[in-house]
Amino acid sequence: MLDTALWISLALIVAALAMNVARLARGPDIPDRLLALDTIYVNSIALIVLLGLWLNTKVYFEAAILIAMLGFVSTMAICRYLLRGDIIE
Amino acid sequence: MAFYVLLEWVISLLLIAGGVFAFVGSLGMLQFKDFFMRLHGPTKGTTLGIGCILMASMVYFSVVQPGIHVQELLITLFLFITAPVTGHMLAKTGLHMHLRYTRDTRGSPPELRDEDVGQGRVERPPRPRRPASEGQKRRWRLRR
Amino acid sequence: MTSLGRLLPTPTLSLVLLIIWLLLVRSLAPGQLLLGVLLAMGIPLLTRRLWEPLPRVRHPWTLCRFVARVLWDILKANLEVSYLILKPGRAPRPGFVEYPLLVREPLTITLLANTITLTPGTVSTNIRLDRSTLLIHVLDLDDEQALVEAIRTRYERPLKEIFEC
Repeated sequence: MLDTALWISLALIVAALAMNVARLARGPDIPDRLLALDTIYVNSIALIVLLGLWLNTKVYFEAAILIAMLGFVSTMAICRYLLRGDIIE
Repeated sequence: MAFYVLLEWVISLLLIAGGVFAFVGSLGMLQFKDFFMRLHGPTKGTTLGIGCILMASMVYFSVVQPGIHVQELLITLFLFITAPVTGHMLAKTGLHMHLRYTRDTRGSPPELRDEDVGQGRVERPPRPRRPASEGQKRRWRLRR
Repeated sequence: MTSLGRLLPTPTLSLVLLIIWLLLVRSLAPGQLLLGVLLAMGIPLLTRRLWEPLPRVRHPWTLCRFVARVLWDILKANLEVSYLILKPGRAPRPGFVEYPLLVREPLTITLLANTITLTPGTVSTNIRLDRSTLLIHVLDLDDEQALVEAIRTRYERPLKEIFEC
C-alpha cells in the first residue's frame, strides 16, 4: 500500500511541477515567473523527499535543506532587486 | 502488528494528502486570473502539502530505522516560516510594479509610498488607468 | 551584568542554535555536542548587533493555545482554498482590505502578518512603515468588517496579550 501511495504522491507532485513550468513559460509578468520559480523549488523539495522514501535512504536530506535555503534567499534577492533596485545597501 | 498496519495507513494518508495539497496549490497558481489571486495557491496549499510529505517521511524513517528521525522538522519549520515572507515580498513587488488585478476586485491598493519601497534604480512602470481601454480589455481576456 | 550574561546574551537563541546543529549533523557524539555548544555561544556574540531586543513572552500558555489554533486554521484554510480552486462555476470575489493595526512591536507585526498569510484566504501584502495599517489581499471577500473583526479577535488580541500585555 505504501508503494501505491508513494506513486500517487509522485504523480501529483510531477503534475504540479508541470503546471509550475507552464506558469513559468506563460506568466505575463516578472512576479508571476518568480512565483512559479519559488513554487518549483518547494515542489522539488517534495520530489527529493519522496525519492528518499523510495530509495529508503536519508542521504538526500541535505540536498533538500540546501534547496529550501537557496530557494528562499534567491527569491528574496530578486524581490529586493525589483523593489529597491539594489540587493545589498 | 496492527500498530504497523495503522502506521502504514497514516504514512500513506499523509503522502497522498501532501501530494493533493501541493497539486491544488499549483493548480490555483495556474488557473487564477490575476497575480494576487495566484499568490494564494503556493503560499498555503504547497506549504502544507510539503509539510505533510515531510511528516510522512519523518514517521516512515522513525519506524524502519533505529532511533527517532526529526530532521525533517527543520525543513518543515523553515518552510512554514519562509513561505509567508516570500508571499509578502512577492505581493509587495506586485503592488510596486502595478500589476493588473481583475476588474471584480473590491477595494483598490493604495499607491506605495517612497518610504515603503525606497528609491531604486529599477524604473517603476506607470500606473495603468483603472477603466481599461478596449485593446487592454482584449489583451486582458487573452492573458487570463 | 554578570559574566555569564555577557557570554550568553540570548539563551533561547543559543539553545535553538544548538538543537539545529545537532539535527543537522544527526548525531549526539560528544565532539558534535561540543562543537554545537561553541557555535551556539559564538554566533549570538558575533551577530549581536543585528538583533533588536526581543519582547518577552508573557503568557506561555496563551502562546501554546495560539500555535495550536493557527495550526488548525492552516488546515482549515487549505481546505477552503482547495474548495475555491477546484469548484467550477462561481468565481471567487477577490478584494483588498486595509487592516488597522493595534500591535506596535516589529516582532508582533511580523508574526501577525505571517499568520494572516498562512490562514483563510488572505495574504498580507504591504505594511506601512509607520506601522499603522496592514494591506491584505483576500481571495474570497464576503464582508470586509467581519473579516477585520475575525482577524482582530482570533489572532491580534492573543498576540498582543502574549507579547505586549
